[in-house]
Amino acid sequence: MKLHEYQSKQIFAKYGIPIPKGRVAATADEAKQIAEELGGRTVIKAQVLVGGRGKAGGIRLAKNPKEAEDLATQILAMEIKGLPVRKVLVDEAANISKEIYLGITNDRAYKRPVMIASAAGGVDIEEVARTSPEMIARIYIDPLLGLRDFQARDIAASIDLPHEYWRTFAEIARGLWQTFVETDATLAEINPLVITNDNRLLALDGKMTLDDNALYRHPDLADMRDIDIEAPAEVEARKYGLSYISLEGEIGCMVNGAGLAMATMDVIKLNGGEPANFLDIGGGAGAEKVAAALRIILSDPKVKAVLFNIFGGITRCDEVARGILAALADVKPKIPMVVRLVGTNAEEGMRLLSDAHMITAQTLLDAAEKAVKAARGVYA
Amino acid sequence: MSILIDKNTKVLVQGVTGHEGLFHTEQMLAYGTNVVAGVRPGKGGEWVLNGKVPVFDTVKMAVEATGANTGVIFVPARAAPDAIYEEAEGGLSLIIAITEMIPVQDMMCVCRYLDEKGVRLIGPNCPGALTPGESKVGIIPGNIALPGNIGVVSRSGTLTYEVLYALKQAGKGVSTCVGIGGDPVVGSTFVDILELFEADPHTDRVVLIGEIGGTDEERAAEFISSKMTKPVVAFIAGQTAPPGKRMGHAGAIVEGGSGLAADKVKALEAAGVRVARHPEEIVALIDD
Repeated sequence: MKLHEYQSKQIFAKYGIPIPKGRVAATADEAKQIAEELGGRTVIKAQVLVGGRGKAGGIRLAKNPKEAEDLATQILAMEIKGLPVRKVLVDEAANISKEIYLGITNDRAYKRPVMIASAAGGVDIEEVARTSPEMIARIYIDPLLGLRDFQARDIAASIDLPHEYWRTFAEIARGLWQTFVETDATLAEINPLVITNDNRLLALDGKMTLDDNALYRHPDLADMRDIDIEAPAEVEARKYGLSYISLEGEIGCMVNGAGLAMATMDVIKLNGGEPANFLDIGGGAGAEKVAAALRIILSDPKVKAVLFNIFGGITRCDEVARGILAALADVKPKIPMVVRLVGTNAEEGMRLLSDAHMITAQTLLDAAEKAVKAARGVYA
Repeated sequence: MSILIDKNTKVLVQGVTGHEGLFHTEQMLAYGTNVVAGVRPGKGGEWVLNGKVPVFDTVKMAVEATGANTGVIFVPARAAPDAIYEEAEGGLSLIIAITEMIPVQDMMCVCRYLDEKGVRLIGPNCPGALTPGESKVGIIPGNIALPGNIGVVSRSGTLTYEVLYALKQAGKGVSTCVGIGGDPVVGSTFVDILELFEADPHTDRVVLIGEIGGTDEERAAEFISSKMTKPVVAFIAGQTAPPGKRMGHAGAIVEGGSGLAADKVKALEAAGVRVARHPEEIVALIDD
């Protein structure tokens, strides 16, 4: 789960990381009021959960409260990469003398958190990592020990941070580590961490991603979820414990297991079709869950055919068949359906579906071919 | 005949009285797996499955009484890290964690600890291991694979079954099938399992089933080109998956690679691996 900049920075502040004065606003009026309170120049920043906000014109500098109001009006009317801007952050503007990058994420291969820093912070940090990898410092953190002070000093030294900032920098690094651990983050990033003209360190921008599997430990953070970034069908799917992602194609897919779901999409594409969705009903799905899944697939008007590919292990094919029948009785779709059931109780499942006018298939390749043909009206 | 597990493997089931644990313990016994003990705090002294499996309060007590050497974990995510630590402390040398949705920071601590102890972990969020005709530890359906000489290693669950089933339909047998799990941080990686297959005299070919995300397939490709003599056939799921909506730069900086299927296919092909376009094509490629 991704957090907005303003949410991330509020959390940073709790762990002692200095952030600019500012507040979030949902209207231009509020933005003006905040700018008045702050006095001086302010930065108006779109709060959307995608990168490239600045390049899209979603971050603007305001000289006075009137300008803050005007810019907030403009930005709140924007869509950035398809996401509507619902809120803007109004921060006091900083006089920047240097931009640093500081972040923590997990290194899957090393199985450890890694702290990354660079003296070349800012929006082009990934380009820096590609072209000048020596500009990026990394420190692997032993998860059982946590970040040690010497490691923070190592990082400060390797990005050539002047000595007078080391103490504050170490506090910020410790704060970021604490943030990372205590929120179960998979990403906590300050970019840029700036040195101001008056020689302060300040976390100007922040991003965090939290581990969905750990949200049970953080009900307060779970409430911060922004469902704007998800299609309504995806939100509905999550209620039923289904993993659903809407795509552009015409063949709806219902599969058990993420790997098999992706492979099924691949085979559809190999046969010249396009999947309309990724949908994993998970292991051991019962009839009710299957029915919900089918309703979600059929709510997409692009869908011209549906492919069921179920390999029964924990999941019982007869349960899936019952779910399909329940959903069919409810939705009464007019589009063709291809079904392939293999494994646990597959015969019983196919018997249950024998009167449902579905196209049956033996192999995955066969099923995908038939689904692509069905979507083109071959069986109509 | 196999890696990791065989007919002599003595299995301890944690979470044996739960819905999933009990069901799969029954399936394992029916397959012939030597399940010697179950653990469920508070139910020590009871027996499950008509007196076939004794239940103990702690792993330590179960190991002392039965000599179990391999643990399989079905307990819920909140209790699973503790269950893994308990099995490692209890003296088990192989732990297979089926449980899904364990927080990744918990797993990093677990892996760090097990590495120091020298205990091997498979999973979490995995289907376990199957040595056809001898033993299955986990949830892979036993009837979809024949004994043979093909090693199978996979990050997926049901997709692995699909491949096993296709191999069986073609009359091809498997030495051991290992599902390493699909989580970002898992105990054993592709390379760990490939090393075992390379050293196993009864495995002469290997099927590797990968998917998008991370760089484990790229590392496998490096290992295959530098250390492996046995032929490998692969399939990578997610070739058509849309790139995720990314945020933040740290992931890209750390992994360098894109995590995309195309890059994994390229790395594997450069290492001499034949990559199937769809799962069932593996059957044709494995013989050539």
